[in-house]
Amino acid sequence: MKLDWRIAGLAAAFIAACALPFFVSDYRTFQFTLVMVYAIALLGLNILTGFNGQFTLGHGAFYAIGSYTAAILMAHYDVPYWATLPAAAAVCLLAGFLFGLPALRLEGLFLALATLSLAVAMPSILKWKGIGELTGGVQGLVLTKPDAPFGLPLNQDEWLYFFTLAVAIVMFVLAWNLLRGRVGRAIVAIRDQPIAARAMGINTALYKSVTFGVSAMYAGVAGALGAIAVQFVAPDSFQVGLSFVFLIGAVIGGIYSISGAVFGAAFVLFVPHISEGISRAAPQAIFGAFLIVFMFVMPVGIAGFLRLASAWARRRIQRSSPVRGEAS
Amino acid sequence: MDAFLLQVLSGLATGGIYASLALAVVMIYKATHVVNFAQGEMAMFSTYLAWQLIQWGMPYWGAFFLTLAISFVGGVAIERIVIRPFESHEAELSVVTVFIGLFLILNSLAGWTWEYTLKSFPSPFPAEAYLGGYLSGHQAGLFAVVLVTLAIVYAFFRFTPLGLAMRAAAENPDSSRLVGIRVGWMLALGWGLAAALGAVAGIMVAPLVFLEPNMMGFVLIYAFAGALLGGIDNPWGAVIGGFAMGVLENIMGVYVVGTELKLTVALVIIIGVLVVKPAGMFGRTVVTRV
Amino acid sequence: MAALLEARELHAFYGPTHVLHGVSFAIEAGGITALLGANGAGKTTSLRALCGMIATRGEVLFDGRPVRGKATEDIVRLGVAHVPEGRGTFASLSVEENLRLGAYTRKGRDGLDADFERVYRYFPRLKERYRQQAGTLSGGEQQMLAVSRALMMRPRLMLLDEPSFGLAPLLVQAIFDILRAINRDEKVAMLLVEQNAAQALDIADHAYVLETGRVMMSGPSAEIRSDDAIRRSYLGY
Repeated sequence: MKLDWRIAGLAAAFIAACALPFFVSDYRTFQFTLVMVYAIALLGLNILTGFNGQFTLGHGAFYAIGSYTAAILMAHYDVPYWATLPAAAAVCLLAGFLFGLPALRLEGLFLALATLSLAVAMPSILKWKGIGELTGGVQGLVLTKPDAPFGLPLNQDEWLYFFTLAVAIVMFVLAWNLLRGRVGRAIVAIRDQPIAARAMGINTALYKSVTFGVSAMYAGVAGALGAIAVQFVAPDSFQVGLSFVFLIGAVIGGIYSISGAVFGAAFVLFVPHISEGISRAAPQAIFGAFLIVFMFVMPVGIAGFLRLASAWARRRIQRSSPVRGEAS
Repeated sequence: MDAFLLQVLSGLATGGIYASLALAVVMIYKATHVVNFAQGEMAMFSTYLAWQLIQWGMPYWGAFFLTLAISFVGGVAIERIVIRPFESHEAELSVVTVFIGLFLILNSLAGWTWEYTLKSFPSPFPAEAYLGGYLSGHQAGLFAVVLVTLAIVYAFFRFTPLGLAMRAAAENPDSSRLVGIRVGWMLALGWGLAAALGAVAGIMVAPLVFLEPNMMGFVLIYAFAGALLGGIDNPWGAVIGGFAMGVLENIMGVYVVGTELKLTVALVIIIGVLVVKPAGMFGRTVVTRV
Repeated sequence: MAALLEARELHAFYGPTHVLHGVSFAIEAGGITALLGANGAGKTTSLRALCGMIATRGEVLFDGRPVRGKATEDIVRLGVAHVPEGRGTFASLSVEENLRLGAYTRKGRDGLDADFERVYRYFPRLKERYRQQAGTLSGGEQQMLAVSRALMMRPRLMLLDEPSFGLAPLLVQAIFDILRAINRDEKVAMLLVEQNAAQALDIADHAYVLETGRVMMSGPSAEIRSDDAIRRSYLGY
């Protein structure tokens, strides 16, 4: 029963997503493209922090690396936009894995600080004059948005939307497959009982580094897509705030789930705008206050809340006759 | 040699700022096992308060002490109202998110109230150079203020019953309750003290860097680096670490990598320490039982 | 005579787990009461419940006043000193600081020096080591420190959780002798939780025997000690 509902839901969402660009303005289409981009990034974050328990405040740094990889390839080497994605993925997978190796020894707070340092350093590294030729220094690089291929009757925003949608679906299916199998169980076991996991023969060091790499890969792919969508990369776009935004989005969306990435991404994109509407003057303060209240009320995030709510609803529907004598 | 000594001395002066903030961070960490990512913003907000009081005509030292008092009360209030509900939360994530929320609130409230334009902050110390030209008047004064503050804090914890109770509450809350210590209020007091310490750091650094809502960001990172270097659970290690970071920052900036990558260097230090010796120079390595 | 401490139908829970099922006992002022039973009987839990350290239901009266549901630090301030399982010393603080913390809730410094002297008279070893970090003391010395800290609170009732734990027999004897002396000279009532029933029954006036969270037996310690059946079933010797 449950499976049918979920498949129906996903199908409906897919159809709605495909229809969307034809019913809204180009700007909105662009916004929804960004939602999907962030969703891919957040999915990587969920895998690392939610499922594997490695606390990262540096996700934005890998997003930046992905963006710059794509930008450099497109601007300097005329690589077609779609080919930059695998390149960004590979670069970030490696970078994440390499960063994950020394980070293995760190837990909780310490890992957070190490990753935070990476995020804070990123703009300075990107501005470094030594690689200025490649990165365009403080000004950054400008890119051109691709046209729809094969003469399809879509404008640039619409094409990019569908391209991103396709990539997003692939990335989400990949994650879903990864997490529900043996690998996924190992990853979660490492989060919950690392010592027991190792005692059972799971190579925690390898898994943790690889998970770091995979998470970075997601951020990198998202970064590449983001760069193409925004048509621009510059060091100051990737300040430490980005990593905070990612973390907040993941937590609010529901960091222990895959669907949480989507809710979180929507939240991240639309809510700062919303809170801006409430108070022209101090939108971030409202956002901050909201965050605190949210953590108190719904720490499992939107996805977690929905899951609890649907479980509660199902129990009420199934309870046709009350059972007596149940110990509470 | 002259130039080197100059860098070291001025590094010690700025290091005093890092040391104060590092101490604040470690105090809260020892008591609650969470790092207050919003410590810098609290300090920044306090500095703005001081600035406002001075703008309204209050003499410098009056504003200084009044700000300390307000910051203390503010710290206590934040702990009781914002942090207390989350004290029992298992997930570090929830707590960190709350700190981020606090960070955002303080940062944008400051920007909204006082705008983002750079402001200059007065220094109460005479401008002429000290120590044969190695330190400016403000740097020397800052150093003195920091030392006096740290000495007072040390004396408080070491010699007063309340300080003893706070140390006990941080180390072993259960046993502390058994001797009648109200652990919750000890935490709140710790926050108040940390907030006051942060205010000192902010007020002292403001004349050097110009007052603006994002001014404490770098300072906080250096303070973290210093705290880690010295040992995140050792308050006095954190202080030494803070001073060390000040000196390192200057030496690195002038002799090794240039001012552009100064921050990167701080961060490489953080990562290096975390990987090689997470307990820092003076911290205790935590052994967990399986 | 109204009891100093009384528990009526006390239930206790660790989270959802129900561990004490309606235990009732009374402790007279100035006496020593033993709480006996095998491992897992609920002895430590009872002490924790009395001090408000875990979730409870039922009634606890200290000096006739209800204290169930109050915070631990408030109950303790009424005159109850709890020497917990594992001693509970502040490992990174010195012996002297640990003792000073015992006196934390006392208003005014009068008598503080006299109290230190008194404690050092019972446990001269502590005076030798008063500057030493508590975490570096031996097990026996830590036990002495824990009892001393409780004494510094000038309590009317001391709750002691397995004071003999991990100590050599000679040391156990010494500590129990001192406990008896403290009870007699300082007029401090004691509730003693012990697995070492023999030692406990030696100094206690009255005893309760617990099993799986219920009071199975109670009576003057002489009776409990002489009853073979009880000894074999509940006390294991």
